[in-house]
Amino acid sequence: MITFENVAYSYGGGELLSDVSLKLAPGSFHFLTGPSGAGKSTFLKLAYAELRPTSGRVTLFDNDVTKLSRDDVARTRRRIGIVHQDCKFLDHMSLAANMALPFTVSDRESSPQDMEDLLGWVGLKHLADALPPQLSGGERQRAALARAVIVDPDVILADEPTGNVDWEMSLRILTLLVELNKMGKTILVATHDLNLIRQAKAQIQARVLRIAKHRVQLAGADL
Amino acid sequence: MRFPTAKPASPATRALEVVPPSGPTAWLTTFTAGAMTFLCVFALALSLASGRLADRWSEALAKTATIRLSAPAEQVQIQTDAILATLATTPGIASYRVIDDAETTKLLEPWFGPGLPVEALPIPRLIEVVEADPPYDSEGLRQRLTAEAPGALLDDHTRWRRPLAEAASRIRLLGVLSIALIGAAMAAMITLAARAALATNAEEIRVLRLVGAKDSYIARAFVRRFTLRTLGGAAIGAAAGLLGVAALPAADAAGGFLTGLGFTGFAWLWPFALPPLAAIVAFLATRRAAFQKLRELT
Repeated sequence: MITFENVAYSYGGGELLSDVSLKLAPGSFHFLTGPSGAGKSTFLKLAYAELRPTSGRVTLFDNDVTKLSRDDVARTRRRIGIVHQDCKFLDHMSLAANMALPFTVSDRESSPQDMEDLLGWVGLKHLADALPPQLSGGERQRAALARAVIVDPDVILADEPTGNVDWEMSLRILTLLVELNKMGKTILVATHDLNLIRQAKAQIQARVLRIAKHRVQLAGADL
Repeated sequence: MRFPTAKPASPATRALEVVPPSGPTAWLTTFTAGAMTFLCVFALALSLASGRLADRWSEALAKTATIRLSAPAEQVQIQTDAILATLATTPGIASYRVIDDAETTKLLEPWFGPGLPVEALPIPRLIEVVEADPPYDSEGLRQRLTAEAPGALLDDHTRWRRPLAEAASRIRLLGVLSIALIGAAMAAMITLAARAALATNAEEIRVLRLVGAKDSYIARAFVRRFTLRTLGGAAIGAAAGLLGVAALPAADAAGGFLTGLGFTGFAWLWPFALPPLAAIVAFLATRRAAFQKLRELT
Protein backbone atom coordinates (compact mmCIF):
# COMPACT_ATOMS: atom_id res chain seq x y z
CA MET A 1 0.00 0.00 0.00
CA ILE A 2 2.43 2.61 1.26
CA THR A 3 6.15 1.94 1.03
CA PHE A 4 9.09 4.03 2.24
CA GLU A 5 12.55 3.18 0.89
CA ASN A 6 15.53 4.97 2.49
CA VAL A 7 13.42 8.09 2.76
CA ALA A 8 14.90 11.28 4.16
CA TYR A 9 13.21 14.60 4.68
CA SER A 10 14.85 17.84 5.68
CA TYR A 11 13.37 21.28 6.32
CA GLY A 12 15.80 24.00 5.28
CA GLY A 13 18.04 23.39 8.30
CA GLY A 14 18.81 19.83 9.32
CA GLU A 15 17.34 16.45 8.57
CA LEU A 16 14.10 15.66 10.33
CA LEU A 17 13.77 12.11 9.09
CA SER A 18 16.49 9.98 7.61
CA ASP A 19 16.87 6.50 6.27
CA VAL A 20 13.27 5.48 6.80
CA SER A 21 12.32 2.16 5.24
CA LEU A 22 9.04 0.46 5.96
CA LYS A 23 5.99 -1.01 4.40
CA LEU A 24 2.38 -0.61 5.44
CA ALA A 25 0.78 -3.90 4.43
CA PRO A 26 -2.92 -4.03 3.51
CA GLY A 27 -5.10 -4.56 6.57
CA SER A 28 -2.39 -3.65 9.08
CA PHE A 29 -2.85 -1.36 12.09
CA HIS A 30 0.11 0.84 12.99
CA PHE A 31 0.67 3.41 15.66
CA LEU A 32 3.31 6.06 15.14
CA THR A 33 4.66 7.58 18.29
CA GLY A 34 7.46 9.82 19.43
CA PRO A 35 8.00 13.17 21.14
CA SER A 36 6.46 16.35 19.80
CA GLY A 37 8.38 17.75 16.86
CA ALA A 38 9.99 14.39 16.13
CA GLY A 39 8.38 14.31 12.71
CA LYS A 40 5.15 12.35 13.13
CA SER A 41 3.14 14.81 11.07
CA THR A 42 5.90 15.03 8.49
CA PHE A 43 5.87 11.26 8.18
CA LEU A 44 2.12 11.30 7.59
CA LYS A 45 2.40 14.14 5.09
CA LEU A 46 4.92 12.09 3.15
CA ALA A 47 2.39 9.26 3.19
CA TYR A 48 -0.34 11.31 1.54
CA ALA A 49 1.88 13.25 -0.86
CA GLU A 50 1.56 16.61 0.89
CA LEU A 51 5.34 16.55 1.08
CA ARG A 52 7.83 14.85 -1.20
CA PRO A 53 10.92 13.14 0.20
CA THR A 54 14.21 15.00 -0.17
CA SER A 55 15.83 11.67 -0.90
CA GLY A 56 14.73 8.06 -1.15
CA ARG A 57 11.44 6.83 -2.51
CA VAL A 58 7.86 6.90 -1.27
CA THR A 59 5.47 4.63 -3.13
CA LEU A 60 1.70 5.03 -2.82
CA PHE A 61 -0.33 2.21 -4.34
CA ASP A 62 2.67 1.21 -6.46
CA ASN A 63 3.19 4.76 -7.77
CA ASP A 64 6.35 6.72 -7.07
CA VAL A 65 5.25 9.93 -5.36
CA THR A 66 7.79 12.09 -7.16
CA LYS A 67 6.25 11.10 -10.48
CA LEU A 68 2.68 12.01 -9.55
CA SER A 69 1.10 15.02 -11.23
CA ARG A 70 -1.20 17.29 -9.20
CA ASP A 71 -4.23 15.47 -10.60
CA ASP A 72 -2.64 12.11 -9.76
CA VAL A 73 -2.19 13.33 -6.19
CA ALA A 74 -5.88 14.27 -6.10
CA ARG A 75 -6.85 10.82 -7.39
CA THR A 76 -4.52 9.10 -4.91
CA ARG A 77 -6.06 11.02 -2.02
CA ARG A 78 -9.47 9.63 -2.90
CA ARG A 79 -8.06 6.28 -1.76
CA ILE A 80 -6.62 7.67 1.48
CA GLY A 81 -8.76 8.94 4.32
CA ILE A 82 -7.04 11.65 6.34
CA VAL A 83 -7.96 12.80 9.85
CA HIS A 84 -6.14 15.69 11.52
CA GLN A 85 -5.98 16.76 15.12
CA ASP A 86 -7.48 20.13 14.21
CA CYS A 87 -9.65 18.92 11.41
CA LYS A 88 -10.78 21.56 8.96
CA PHE A 89 -14.20 21.77 7.40
CA LEU A 90 -15.97 24.12 5.04
CA ASP A 91 -17.66 26.22 7.68
CA HIS A 92 -20.44 27.51 5.44
CA MET A 93 -21.74 24.04 4.61
CA SER A 94 -23.71 21.66 6.80
CA LEU A 95 -22.05 18.69 8.47
CA ALA A 96 -23.78 16.32 6.05
CA ALA A 97 -22.55 18.34 3.07
CA ASN A 98 -19.05 18.37 4.52
CA MET A 99 -19.08 14.62 4.96
CA ALA A 100 -20.21 14.20 1.37
CA LEU A 101 -17.41 16.48 0.16
CA PRO A 102 -15.09 13.70 -1.07
CA PHE A 103 -17.97 12.57 -3.27
CA THR A 104 -18.86 16.09 -4.33
CA VAL A 105 -15.37 17.00 -5.49
CA SER A 106 -15.09 13.88 -7.61
CA ASP A 107 -18.49 14.64 -9.20
CA ARG A 108 -20.05 11.55 -7.70
CA GLU A 109 -23.21 11.08 -5.68
CA SER A 110 -23.28 9.64 -2.20
CA SER A 111 -26.19 7.38 -1.44
CA PRO A 112 -28.48 8.86 1.24
CA GLN A 113 -28.62 5.46 2.93
CA ASP A 114 -24.82 5.25 3.24
CA MET A 115 -24.72 8.77 4.55
CA GLU A 116 -27.34 8.03 7.16
CA ASP A 117 -25.59 4.83 8.20
CA LEU A 118 -22.29 6.65 8.48
CA LEU A 119 -23.76 9.47 10.55
CA GLY A 120 -25.34 6.86 12.80
CA TRP A 121 -22.05 4.99 13.09
CA VAL A 122 -20.21 8.07 14.38
CA GLY A 123 -23.25 9.11 16.44
CA LEU A 124 -23.89 12.44 14.70
CA LYS A 125 -27.26 11.76 13.10
CA HIS A 126 -28.91 14.55 15.06
CA LEU A 127 -26.29 17.06 13.85
CA ALA A 128 -26.53 16.49 10.11
CA ASP A 129 -27.75 20.03 9.50
CA ALA A 130 -25.38 21.71 11.97
CA LEU A 131 -22.56 23.92 10.76
CA PRO A 132 -19.03 22.77 11.69
CA PRO A 133 -18.30 25.73 14.03
CA GLN A 134 -21.25 24.60 16.18
CA LEU A 135 -19.67 21.19 16.86
CA SER A 136 -17.61 20.21 19.90
CA GLY A 137 -14.06 18.87 19.59
CA GLY A 138 -15.16 15.25 19.87
CA GLU A 139 -17.94 15.75 17.35
CA ARG A 140 -15.52 17.36 14.91
CA GLN A 141 -13.12 14.43 15.24
CA ARG A 142 -15.85 11.92 14.56
CA ALA A 143 -17.14 14.00 11.66
CA ALA A 144 -13.63 14.10 10.21
CA LEU A 145 -13.38 10.36 10.55
CA ALA A 146 -16.72 9.93 8.83
CA ARG A 147 -15.61 12.24 6.02
CA ALA A 148 -12.37 10.27 5.70
CA VAL A 149 -14.11 6.93 5.27
CA ILE A 150 -17.11 7.93 3.19
CA VAL A 151 -15.47 7.11 -0.14
CA ASP A 152 -14.38 3.73 1.21
CA PRO A 153 -10.63 4.39 1.13
CA ASP A 154 -8.01 1.66 1.39
CA VAL A 155 -5.90 3.51 3.92
CA ILE A 156 -6.75 5.78 6.84
CA LEU A 157 -4.11 8.13 8.19
CA ALA A 158 -4.91 9.84 11.48
CA ASP A 159 -2.73 12.54 13.00
CA GLU A 160 -3.38 12.80 16.75
CA PRO A 161 -7.08 12.06 16.29
CA THR A 162 -7.59 12.07 20.06
CA GLY A 163 -5.44 15.12 20.79
CA ASN A 164 -8.32 17.46 21.57
CA VAL A 165 -10.80 15.14 23.26
CA ASP A 166 -11.28 13.53 26.65
CA TRP A 167 -10.49 9.92 27.44
CA GLU A 168 -13.99 8.66 26.94
CA MET A 169 -14.17 10.22 23.47
CA SER A 170 -10.67 8.88 22.71
CA LEU A 171 -11.89 5.38 23.38
CA ARG A 172 -14.89 5.96 21.19
CA ILE A 173 -12.72 7.11 18.29
CA LEU A 174 -10.34 4.20 18.85
CA THR A 175 -13.27 1.80 18.69
CA LEU A 176 -14.29 3.28 15.35
CA LEU A 177 -10.75 2.88 14.03
CA VAL A 178 -10.56 -0.71 15.26
CA GLU A 179 -13.87 -1.45 13.54
CA LEU A 180 -12.53 0.00 10.30
CA ASN A 181 -9.42 -2.15 10.61
CA LYS A 182 -11.56 -5.22 11.11
CA MET A 183 -13.30 -4.30 7.84
CA GLY A 184 -9.92 -4.60 6.16
CA LYS A 185 -8.71 -0.99 6.11
CA THR A 186 -5.05 -0.19 6.59
CA ILE A 187 -4.72 2.18 9.51
CA LEU A 188 -1.89 4.44 10.66
CA VAL A 189 -2.44 6.55 13.76
CA ALA A 190 0.10 9.09 14.95
CA THR A 191 -0.28 9.65 18.67
CA HIS A 192 1.74 10.33 21.80
CA ASP A 193 -0.96 8.84 23.98
CA LEU A 194 0.54 5.55 25.23
CA ASN A 195 -2.63 4.65 27.09
CA LEU A 196 -4.48 4.70 23.84
CA ILE A 197 -1.94 2.34 22.29
CA ARG A 198 -2.21 -0.06 25.25
CA GLN A 199 -5.96 0.03 24.95
CA ALA A 200 -5.77 -0.78 21.26
CA LYS A 201 -3.33 -3.62 21.73
CA ALA A 202 -5.86 -5.29 23.99
CA GLN A 203 -8.33 -5.32 21.12
CA ILE A 204 -6.29 -5.97 18.00
CA GLN A 205 -2.89 -6.76 16.68
CA ALA A 206 -1.33 -3.30 16.40
CA ARG A 207 2.29 -2.55 15.67
CA VAL A 208 4.02 0.48 17.08
CA LEU A 209 6.48 2.60 15.15
CA ARG A 210 8.61 4.99 17.16
CA ILE A 211 10.46 8.00 15.84
CA ALA A 212 13.76 8.53 17.63
CA LYS A 213 16.95 10.17 16.43
CA HIS A 214 15.42 10.96 13.03
CA ARG A 215 14.65 7.30 12.41
CA VAL A 216 11.48 5.28 12.46
CA GLN A 217 11.85 2.00 14.28
CA LEU A 218 9.53 -0.82 15.18
CA ALA A 219 9.06 -0.64 18.93
CA GLY A 220 9.27 -3.75 21.10
CA ALA A 221 6.21 -5.72 21.99
CA ASP A 222 6.05 -4.26 25.47
CA LEU A 223 5.16 -0.72 26.26
CA MET B 1 -32.88 15.56 8.09
CA ARG B 2 -31.35 17.11 5.01
CA PHE B 3 -28.70 15.37 2.95
CA PRO B 4 -26.80 16.90 0.05
CA THR B 5 -28.19 14.30 -2.31
CA ALA B 6 -31.71 15.43 -1.52
CA LYS B 7 -30.99 18.67 -3.39
CA PRO B 8 -31.21 18.29 -7.15
CA ALA B 9 -28.02 20.27 -7.77
CA SER B 10 -25.85 19.78 -10.81
CA PRO B 11 -22.13 19.11 -10.23
CA ALA B 12 -21.37 22.61 -11.57
CA THR B 13 -23.70 24.27 -9.08
CA ARG B 14 -22.22 22.26 -6.27
CA ALA B 15 -18.76 23.31 -7.37
CA LEU B 16 -19.98 26.86 -6.78
CA GLU B 17 -21.19 25.97 -3.31
CA VAL B 18 -17.88 24.65 -2.01
CA VAL B 19 -16.44 28.17 -2.03
CA PRO B 20 -17.91 30.30 0.74
CA PRO B 21 -20.01 33.32 -0.26
CA SER B 22 -17.66 36.24 -0.83
CA GLY B 23 -19.35 38.95 1.22
CA PRO B 24 -19.50 42.68 0.55
CA THR B 25 -16.52 42.93 -1.84
CA ALA B 26 -18.20 40.74 -4.44
CA TRP B 27 -20.05 43.64 -6.03
CA LEU B 28 -16.74 45.41 -6.75
CA THR B 29 -16.06 43.02 -9.62
CA THR B 30 -19.56 43.61 -10.97
CA PHE B 31 -19.15 47.35 -10.59
CA THR B 32 -15.74 47.37 -12.31
CA ALA B 33 -17.03 45.30 -15.19
CA GLY B 34 -20.05 47.59 -15.51
CA ALA B 35 -18.01 50.81 -15.46
CA MET B 36 -15.49 49.44 -17.94
CA THR B 37 -18.16 48.28 -20.35
CA PHE B 38 -19.94 51.63 -20.08
CA LEU B 39 -16.71 53.42 -21.06
CA CYS B 40 -16.14 50.87 -23.78
CA VAL B 41 -19.50 51.65 -25.40
CA PHE B 42 -18.47 55.29 -25.78
CA ALA B 43 -15.01 54.44 -27.07
CA LEU B 44 -16.73 52.18 -29.57
CA ALA B 45 -19.19 54.89 -30.61
CA LEU B 46 -16.37 57.38 -31.00
CA SER B 47 -14.21 55.15 -33.13
CA LEU B 48 -17.12 53.98 -35.29
CA ALA B 49 -18.32 57.56 -35.84
CA SER B 50 -14.88 58.88 -36.70
CA GLY B 51 -14.38 55.84 -38.89
CA ARG B 52 -17.48 56.78 -40.83
CA LEU B 53 -16.37 60.39 -41.02
CA ALA B 54 -12.90 59.44 -42.22
CA ASP B 55 -14.35 57.14 -44.85
CA ARG B 56 -16.78 59.74 -46.07
CA TRP B 57 -14.15 62.43 -46.33
CA SER B 58 -11.52 60.23 -47.91
CA GLU B 59 -14.03 59.10 -50.48
CA ALA B 60 -15.14 62.60 -51.33
CA LEU B 61 -11.56 63.74 -51.34
CA ALA B 62 -10.52 61.05 -53.76
CA LYS B 63 -13.44 61.25 -56.14
CA THR B 64 -14.64 64.79 -56.86
CA ALA B 65 -13.33 68.19 -57.74
CA THR B 66 -14.99 71.45 -58.70
CA ILE B 67 -14.15 73.88 -61.44
CA ARG B 68 -15.21 77.40 -60.63
CA LEU B 69 -15.66 79.84 -63.47
CA SER B 70 -15.77 83.56 -62.84
CA ALA B 71 -16.02 85.54 -66.03
CA PRO B 72 -17.84 88.56 -67.46
CA ALA B 73 -21.44 87.72 -68.40
CA GLU B 74 -20.84 87.56 -72.15
CA GLN B 75 -17.83 85.32 -71.67
CA VAL B 76 -19.48 82.72 -69.39
CA GLN B 77 -21.04 80.53 -72.05
CA ILE B 78 -17.95 80.67 -74.33
CA GLN B 79 -15.60 79.72 -71.54
CA THR B 80 -17.97 77.04 -70.22
CA ASP B 81 -17.94 75.40 -73.65
CA ALA B 82 -14.13 75.64 -73.72
CA ILE B 83 -13.90 73.97 -70.29
CA LEU B 84 -16.29 71.20 -71.29
CA ALA B 85 -14.30 70.61 -74.46
CA THR B 86 -11.10 70.40 -72.44
CA LEU B 87 -12.65 67.96 -69.96
CA ALA B 88 -13.96 65.80 -72.78
CA THR B 89 -10.43 65.31 -74.08
CA THR B 90 -8.75 64.83 -70.70
CA PRO B 91 -8.03 61.21 -69.75
CA GLY B 92 -8.85 60.08 -66.18
CA ILE B 93 -12.24 61.78 -65.84
CA ALA B 94 -15.27 59.60 -65.21
CA SER B 95 -17.92 62.28 -65.63
CA TYR B 96 -18.57 65.99 -65.38
CA ARG B 97 -21.60 68.19 -65.30
CA VAL B 98 -22.46 71.81 -65.10
CA ILE B 99 -24.33 72.70 -61.93
CA ASP B 100 -27.36 74.68 -63.12
CA ASP B 101 -28.78 77.83 -61.60
CA ALA B 102 -31.50 76.05 -59.65
CA GLU B 103 -28.96 73.83 -57.92
CA THR B 104 -26.65 76.74 -57.27
CA THR B 105 -29.50 78.62 -55.62
CA LYS B 106 -30.15 75.62 -53.43
CA LEU B 107 -26.50 75.39 -52.46
CA LEU B 108 -26.49 79.05 -51.49
CA GLU B 109 -29.81 79.03 -49.71
CA PRO B 110 -28.41 78.11 -46.27
CA TRP B 111 -26.12 81.14 -46.50
CA PHE B 112 -28.29 83.81 -48.07
CA GLY B 113 -31.81 82.59 -47.35
CA PRO B 114 -34.52 81.67 -49.86
CA GLY B 115 -35.66 83.90 -52.73
CA LEU B 116 -32.18 84.94 -53.74
CA PRO B 117 -32.09 86.61 -57.14
CA VAL B 118 -29.22 84.53 -58.48
CA GLU B 119 -29.39 86.17 -61.90
CA ALA B 120 -28.63 89.55 -60.40
CA LEU B 121 -25.49 88.38 -58.67
CA PRO B 122 -22.14 87.58 -60.22
CA ILE B 123 -22.33 83.97 -59.04
CA PRO B 124 -19.53 81.85 -60.51
CA ARG B 125 -20.55 78.89 -62.58
CA LEU B 126 -19.68 75.52 -61.05
CA ILE B 127 -18.72 72.35 -62.90
CA GLU B 128 -18.46 69.13 -60.93
CA VAL B 129 -15.75 66.70 -62.03
CA VAL B 130 -15.72 63.06 -60.93
CA GLU B 131 -12.39 61.40 -61.39
CA ALA B 132 -11.84 57.97 -62.89
CA ASP B 133 -9.37 55.28 -61.95
CA PRO B 134 -6.50 55.99 -62.74
CA PRO B 135 -7.21 59.66 -62.01
CA TYR B 136 -6.39 62.68 -64.18
CA ASP B 137 -3.24 64.70 -63.66
CA SER B 138 -4.58 67.70 -61.77
CA GLU B 139 -1.59 69.97 -62.46
CA GLY B 140 -1.81 69.27 -66.22
CA LEU B 141 -5.58 69.95 -66.22
CA ARG B 142 -5.05 73.17 -64.30
CA GLN B 143 -2.58 74.46 -66.92
CA ARG B 144 -4.79 73.49 -69.87
CA LEU B 145 -7.76 75.21 -68.24
CA THR B 146 -5.77 78.41 -67.77
CA ALA B 147 -4.95 78.35 -71.46
CA GLU B 148 -8.48 77.59 -72.71
CA ALA B 149 -10.59 79.46 -70.14
CA PRO B 150 -8.74 82.15 -68.16
CA GLY B 151 -11.59 82.50 -65.66
CA ALA B 152 -11.58 78.82 -64.62
CA LEU B 153 -10.18 77.60 -61.35
CA LEU B 154 -9.77 73.91 -60.45
CA ASP B 155 -10.39 73.12 -56.81
CA ASP B 156 -9.76 69.48 -55.95
CA HIS B 157 -10.65 69.95 -52.22
CA THR B 158 -7.38 68.36 -51.16
CA ARG B 159 -6.06 71.15 -49.07
CA TRP B 160 -8.82 71.31 -46.55
CA ARG B 161 -10.16 67.76 -46.58
CA ARG B 162 -6.97 65.81 -46.11
CA PRO B 163 -6.08 67.10 -42.61
CA LEU B 164 -9.65 66.51 -41.48
CA ALA B 165 -9.63 62.96 -42.79
CA GLU B 166 -6.30 62.37 -41.10
CA ALA B 167 -7.61 63.70 -37.81
CA ALA B 168 -10.65 61.47 -38.11
CA SER B 169 -8.61 58.33 -38.65
CA ARG B 170 -6.32 59.31 -35.77
CA ILE B 171 -9.39 59.57 -33.53
CA ARG B 172 -10.49 56.15 -34.72
CA LEU B 173 -7.08 54.74 -33.78
CA LEU B 174 -7.37 56.33 -30.33
CA GLY B 175 -10.80 54.77 -29.92
CA VAL B 176 -9.50 51.31 -30.77
CA LEU B 177 -6.56 51.82 -28.42
CA SER B 178 -8.94 52.89 -25.64
CA ILE B 179 -11.02 49.76 -26.11
CA ALA B 180 -7.90 47.59 -25.91
CA LEU B 181 -6.73 49.41 -22.77
CA ILE B 182 -10.14 49.11 -21.13
CA GLY B 183 -10.11 45.37 -21.84
CA ALA B 184 -6.60 44.97 -20.44
CA ALA B 185 -7.43 47.01 -17.34
CA MET B 186 -10.51 44.89 -16.73
CA ALA B 187 -8.46 41.70 -17.07
CA ALA B 188 -5.91 43.09 -14.59
CA MET B 189 -8.57 44.04 -12.05
CA ILE B 190 -10.34 40.72 -12.31
CA THR B 191 -7.02 38.91 -11.89
CA LEU B 192 -6.33 40.88 -8.72
CA ALA B 193 -9.82 40.21 -7.40
CA ALA B 194 -9.55 36.51 -8.19
CA ARG B 195 -6.14 36.23 -6.55
CA ALA B 196 -7.49 37.97 -3.45
CA ALA B 197 -10.46 35.61 -3.36
CA LEU B 198 -8.17 32.60 -3.70
CA ALA B 199 -5.91 33.87 -0.92
CA THR B 200 -8.91 34.49 1.36
CA ASN B 201 -10.10 30.94 0.77
CA ALA B 202 -6.72 29.22 1.10
CA GLU B 203 -8.02 27.19 4.06
CA GLU B 204 -11.05 25.92 2.15
CA ILE B 205 -8.85 25.08 -0.83
CA ARG B 206 -6.58 23.04 1.44
CA VAL B 207 -9.58 21.08 2.70
CA LEU B 208 -10.72 20.45 -0.86
CA ARG B 209 -7.26 19.25 -1.91
CA LEU B 210 -7.15 16.98 1.14
CA VAL B 211 -10.35 15.20 0.18
CA GLY B 212 -9.09 14.69 -3.36
CA ALA B 213 -10.32 17.68 -5.39
CA LYS B 214 -8.45 18.33 -8.61
CA ASP B 215 -7.22 21.84 -9.41
CA SER B 216 -9.71 22.07 -12.26
CA TYR B 217 -12.57 21.40 -9.85
CA ILE B 218 -11.49 24.13 -7.44
CA ALA B 219 -10.74 26.57 -10.26
CA ARG B 220 -14.18 25.93 -11.74
CA ALA B 221 -15.86 27.31 -8.64
CA PHE B 222 -13.92 30.58 -8.81
CA VAL B 223 -14.00 30.91 -12.58
CA ARG B 224 -17.76 30.47 -12.75
CA ARG B 225 -18.29 32.99 -10.02
CA PHE B 226 -16.12 35.71 -11.55
CA THR B 227 -17.33 35.08 -15.08
CA LEU B 228 -20.97 35.39 -14.07
CA ARG B 229 -20.31 38.50 -12.00
CA THR B 230 -18.47 40.14 -14.89
CA LEU B 231 -21.17 39.15 -17.35
CA GLY B 232 -23.82 40.72 -15.12
CA GLY B 233 -21.85 43.92 -14.58
CA ALA B 234 -20.98 44.23 -18.25
CA ALA B 235 -24.60 43.73 -19.26
CA ILE B 236 -25.67 46.59 -16.99
CA GLY B 237 -22.78 48.76 -18.22
CA ALA B 238 -23.55 48.08 -21.87
CA ALA B 239 -27.24 48.83 -21.36
CA ALA B 240 -26.42 52.12 -19.63
CA GLY B 241 -23.93 53.01 -22.36
CA LEU B 242 -26.46 52.25 -25.09
CA LEU B 243 -29.05 54.45 -23.40
CA GLY B 244 -26.45 57.20 -23.15
CA VAL B 245 -25.56 56.98 -26.83
CA ALA B 246 -29.21 56.76 -27.85
CA ALA B 247 -29.88 59.92 -25.85
CA LEU B 248 -27.32 61.90 -27.88
CA PRO B 249 -28.84 64.31 -30.42
CA ALA B 250 -29.23 62.66 -33.80
CA ALA B 251 -26.89 63.52 -36.63
CA ASP B 252 -28.65 65.91 -39.03
CA ALA B 253 -27.91 66.26 -42.70
CA ALA B 254 -25.95 69.50 -42.36
CA GLY B 255 -23.74 68.46 -39.45
CA GLY B 256 -22.44 64.92 -39.24
CA PHE B 257 -19.53 66.45 -37.48
CA LEU B 258 -19.92 66.22 -33.72
CA THR B 259 -23.51 65.13 -33.73
CA GLY B 260 -22.57 62.05 -35.74
CA LEU B 261 -21.37 60.35 -32.55
CA GLY B 262 -23.40 57.17 -32.22
CA PHE B 263 -24.22 53.96 -33.98
CA THR B 264 -25.88 53.41 -37.32
CA GLY B 265 -27.49 50.28 -38.70
CA PHE B 266 -25.79 47.05 -37.72
CA ALA B 267 -23.27 48.93 -35.61
CA TRP B 268 -25.98 49.02 -32.94
CA LEU B 269 -25.20 45.33 -32.42
CA TRP B 270 -21.60 46.02 -31.36
CA PRO B 271 -22.38 47.00 -27.75
CA PHE B 272 -24.28 43.74 -27.34
CA ALA B 273 -21.06 41.87 -28.08
CA LEU B 274 -19.33 43.58 -25.15
CA PRO B 275 -20.81 41.59 -22.20
CA PRO B 276 -19.90 38.20 -23.71
CA LEU B 277 -16.45 39.59 -24.57
CA ALA B 278 -16.02 40.85 -21.01
CA ALA B 279 -17.10 37.44 -19.72
CA ILE B 280 -14.48 35.74 -21.90
CA VAL B 281 -11.83 38.12 -20.57
CA ALA B 282 -12.95 37.34 -16.99
CA PHE B 283 -13.00 33.61 -17.68
CA LEU B 284 -9.44 33.58 -19.02
CA ALA B 285 -8.07 35.94 -16.36
CA THR B 286 -9.62 34.03 -13.44
CA ARG B 287 -8.61 30.66 -14.82
CA ARG B 288 -5.03 31.77 -15.24
CA ALA B 289 -4.94 33.31 -11.75
CA ALA B 290 -6.54 30.24 -10.18
CA PHE B 291 -4.16 27.68 -11.65
CA GLN B 292 -1.21 29.90 -10.81
CA LYS B 293 -2.32 30.27 -7.19
CA LEU B 294 -3.24 26.59 -6.81
CA ARG B 295 0.22 25.49 -7.84
CA GLU B 296 1.51 27.26 -4.72
CA LEU B 297 -0.55 24.89 -2.54
CA THR B 298 -0.12 21.13 -2.34
